[in-house]
Amino acid sequence: MLSGNTEVMRKAMLDAVSLPAFILLFTMMGFGSLARGAGFGAEMAALASLMIWGLPGQLAMVELTATGQGIIAIVFACSLANARFLPMVVSFVPAMSRGRSSLGGMLLDAQLLSINSWAVCLREFPSIAPEFRHRYYVTFASSILLAAVIGTLIGYHGSVFLPAVVMLGLVFISPLFFALVLLAVPGRAERYSMILGCATISIAHTLFPSVDLLIAGFVGGSVGFAAGRYWKGGHGR
Amino acid sequence: MGAEYFWIIVLSCAAATFVWRALGVLVVKRIDADGAFFQWVTCVSYAMVAGLVFRMIILPESQLAEVSIEIRVAAVIIAFAAYFLFRRRLVAGVIAGGVSLSGLVAWIG
Repeated sequence: MLSGNTEVMRKAMLDAVSLPAFILLFTMMGFGSLARGAGFGAEMAALASLMIWGLPGQLAMVELTATGQGIIAIVFACSLANARFLPMVVSFVPAMSRGRSSLGGMLLDAQLLSINSWAVCLREFPSIAPEFRHRYYVTFASSILLAAVIGTLIGYHGSVFLPAVVMLGLVFISPLFFALVLLAVPGRAERYSMILGCATISIAHTLFPSVDLLIAGFVGGSVGFAAGRYWKGGHGR
Repeated sequence: MGAEYFWIIVLSCAAATFVWRALGVLVVKRIDADGAFFQWVTCVSYAMVAGLVFRMIILPESQLAEVSIEIRVAAVIIAFAAYFLFRRRLVAGVIAGGVSLSGLVAWIG
């Protein structure tokens, strides 16, 4: 099990640079260019990546702003698109095994969380000594946040001219990365939940597009949880 | 519209996202990390994240919507194959998937 401040921070930075930092760089380039098209300033786009720090919400914000929606609708859509942070924070904080920490510290940790750090850290934590997990998380999350802000500014200023087909490939790698990380998630209940989440969203997306993620999470997670308990209890074998 | 309007949008959206994070912290302070409630919330977050990834690939609203579903699914299959072929290396899967999506679009459109 990995321990030691330097070792853990080095691993966190290497893990970030090995792939996630580049994925965020490319993904946020797309956001930066959209933000410019919607009328936001460069510093506003960078601050949005830094402070909202959740791409689905950021995209909702620029898309609805570009189509001239009112501010209430924009903020509401952004918030709904990022509602996953509630269950993500709840499932993530205890996994860090940080023990007692101040409310301010916990809020700061929660602000730094993104799908990338959530997925990568939950995957890496078992190989890191509990007392060093928080350090790993903060180093990893800050590294990819920095890459995201840089990517936003590069995309905003449009200094990269890539053919459209290449851009499509770059947009595609972000969901692909998450899909591959999720493939390795252990736990019966978690796996059932993910499969059911995908099944639920394909129905919910047509019926209730604005709250499809919430429905997928609630229905898929609850049924997956129940199914995991049922089979773990030795029933149905 | 002035710059103030855009600033207000960005700051309000940041605050509206932070609300969920802060609620998560408030819940976490009150629950037992070994209890059933925690396990249920973990399942909900996995279902939500998997649903989001599924939506981004299968039901995209981004530029990916211009790419046909057959090409998107083929690229995912190639990515998964490369991932397992190269002993579960994420980089291999991601690069194979991205390159094959671009390649297939350039080839068949």
